[in-house]
Amino acid sequence: MTISMEATASLDQGPPDDAVDLLAMMLRIRMFEDKVMDLFSQNLVRGSTHLCQGQEAVTVGVCSTLRPVDTMTCTYRGHGAVIAKGAALDACFGELLGRVGGLCRGKGGSMHFADFSVGAIGSNAIVGAHLPITVGAALASSYVGDDRVAVSFFGDGATNIGAFHEALNLAAIWKLPAVFVIENNQYGEYSPLRATTPIDRLARRADSYGIPGVLVDGNDVAAVRSVAQSAVQRARAGDGPTLIEADTYRQVGHSRSDPATYRPAGELDRWLAKDPILLLEQSMLARWSEADLDAVRQAAQHDVDVALETALAMPEPPLDELAKDVWA
Amino acid sequence: MSDEINYRKVIAVALADAMREDDSVLLLGEDVGAAGGAFKTTAGLFEEFGARRVRDTPISEQAIVGAAIGSALCGLRPVAEIMFADFAGVCFDQIANQLAKYRYMTAGQAHLPVTIRMANGAGAGFAAQHSQAAENWFLSIPGLKIAVPATVPDLYLLLRAAIRDNDPVLVFEHKNLFALKGPIPRDAEPLRLGVADVVRRGSDVTIVATQQMRHRSVEAAELLAQDGIEVTVIDPRTLIPFDDEAVRASLEQTARLMVVQETVQAGSWGASLIARMVQHHFELFDAPPMLISTPDTPAPYAASLEREWLPSVDDIRISARDLVNW
Repeated sequence: MTISMEATASLDQGPPDDAVDLLAMMLRIRMFEDKVMDLFSQNLVRGSTHLCQGQEAVTVGVCSTLRPVDTMTCTYRGHGAVIAKGAALDACFGELLGRVGGLCRGKGGSMHFADFSVGAIGSNAIVGAHLPITVGAALASSYVGDDRVAVSFFGDGATNIGAFHEALNLAAIWKLPAVFVIENNQYGEYSPLRATTPIDRLARRADSYGIPGVLVDGNDVAAVRSVAQSAVQRARAGDGPTLIEADTYRQVGHSRSDPATYRPAGELDRWLAKDPILLLEQSMLARWSEADLDAVRQAAQHDVDVALETALAMPEPPLDELAKDVWA
Repeated sequence: MSDEINYRKVIAVALADAMREDDSVLLLGEDVGAAGGAFKTTAGLFEEFGARRVRDTPISEQAIVGAAIGSALCGLRPVAEIMFADFAGVCFDQIANQLAKYRYMTAGQAHLPVTIRMANGAGAGFAAQHSQAAENWFLSIPGLKIAVPATVPDLYLLLRAAIRDNDPVLVFEHKNLFALKGPIPRDAEPLRLGVADVVRRGSDVTIVATQQMRHRSVEAAELLAQDGIEVTVIDPRTLIPFDDEAVRASLEQTARLMVVQETVQAGSWGASLIARMVQHHFELFDAPPMLISTPDTPAPYAASLEREWLPSVDDIRISARDLVNW
């Protein structure tokens, strides 16, 4: 397996200097997702939703290396990625609730969070479909000669769909400034990776495109960030794309209708013991007190609660919104 | 308007003019660059604009359309080529679920000035997977404009309009019209998408047809004129938006409507047009509307079978006479 860049940092070496910011963002995402579960039970969210508890270190670690002008695409399990890229929590809740103050004026919902003002240029509900679009975003940077980078998050399942192959191949031959991040949460919908995929390490697929493939502990936010930094630098320097496999775990079912009974006994507990927030907090205790951490938790909970309150007060979209935005 | 050129060659003229006008216009597709295109429709562009703006891709239709979408989201004005329109099946998701819906799902945050050019249509013996009138696949997906040019000036003007348009436009170039000649309308007013061309006027029957069928309808109309039957032929030029008003206005005169198309009836633009006209203008009809389509089979290969499959000048002439005599 080609691993041209390895994590040069990890939480084992102590917490990053900006650990408080990283923890705050991861907690906001966790608390947001927990709140979404509540809203579902109250029938306030329509359709389906796909939550990312347990995967926060991947999106937060990667997005902490990006600027607002760098673009990011993600999947329908994308609330965390869009929040990590900088979207406002109240507009995120508003979108879930189908309110006019939502990110997409209530026209996209859970699976289509997008906030172009922070570079979150689309969550996609078709597995793998955003990878070719990411290639296009990277092409635009290369074409105009700026140093923007295009990052894409997608699941392990997406590495088995054709769009993955077409996108990585094209990005590689054109040496585009793209970073492809597999959130390997071990399951494609209800099926474990080993049942659908003949190799155990997805980063090996990078070999097919002659690009670096990097495996990283996706629950270690410092490690994720260090490999993301290298990949982003490589992209900005014009050296082409990187495939990162971030090993992590989906602590909840595929969607709200999935109790995840197919998981072997003990698996969830093993992963909960290395929950990314827990790992970061344990590392932080070397430099911060439990009271400090508690203050971060409370502030995050406050942000989430206030955002939800704001969103609940937003009106529904006026009916003339229906026919808007089909055409420019 | 002095230079005569053929339908095949006017494509590169329109693309070059668009690229000279706007540096954000770039071309993507299989062999569009150094090779000048599988149909030589992009010949000379690579030499003038270079590999940065005229980009050869792998045989990866999803990546071609996806790259066009992503680059448009980030400020470019890409023109993607899908070599044969039939290959749109390979990237149907990118066109139907991504390109068409992106703007709506993001409440207007996304801008998608994307043009997709595709060679389509039957009559040249390319058989079932390279001969379809694939524009019909996209009629029920809001968010896509569809242009179906039949003449050299229309192809030039519609391609220019598509590239300037801030919405996604699918431009279907008919393979069997490549040799057709006509002027380059460089001095003409820019064409607005959604304006039909009333090709000829007559008071007995209105025939609506596009591309190859437009030319066959005109030929049939000239034969019918010898028998004293006066035909209006309308070429809508774009299917979305569709110039319903041009058809309605003509029906006021003729009270008889025939649509001729190069595809099966089900899910076709002709069926949709007739449904709209009957629903909204029933009082204008003196006879049932007539839809001339292909048989419900894939496009066949053999010359005799393909000739039989496509609506012919005679099919149109005889059916139009029946309609007038109804």
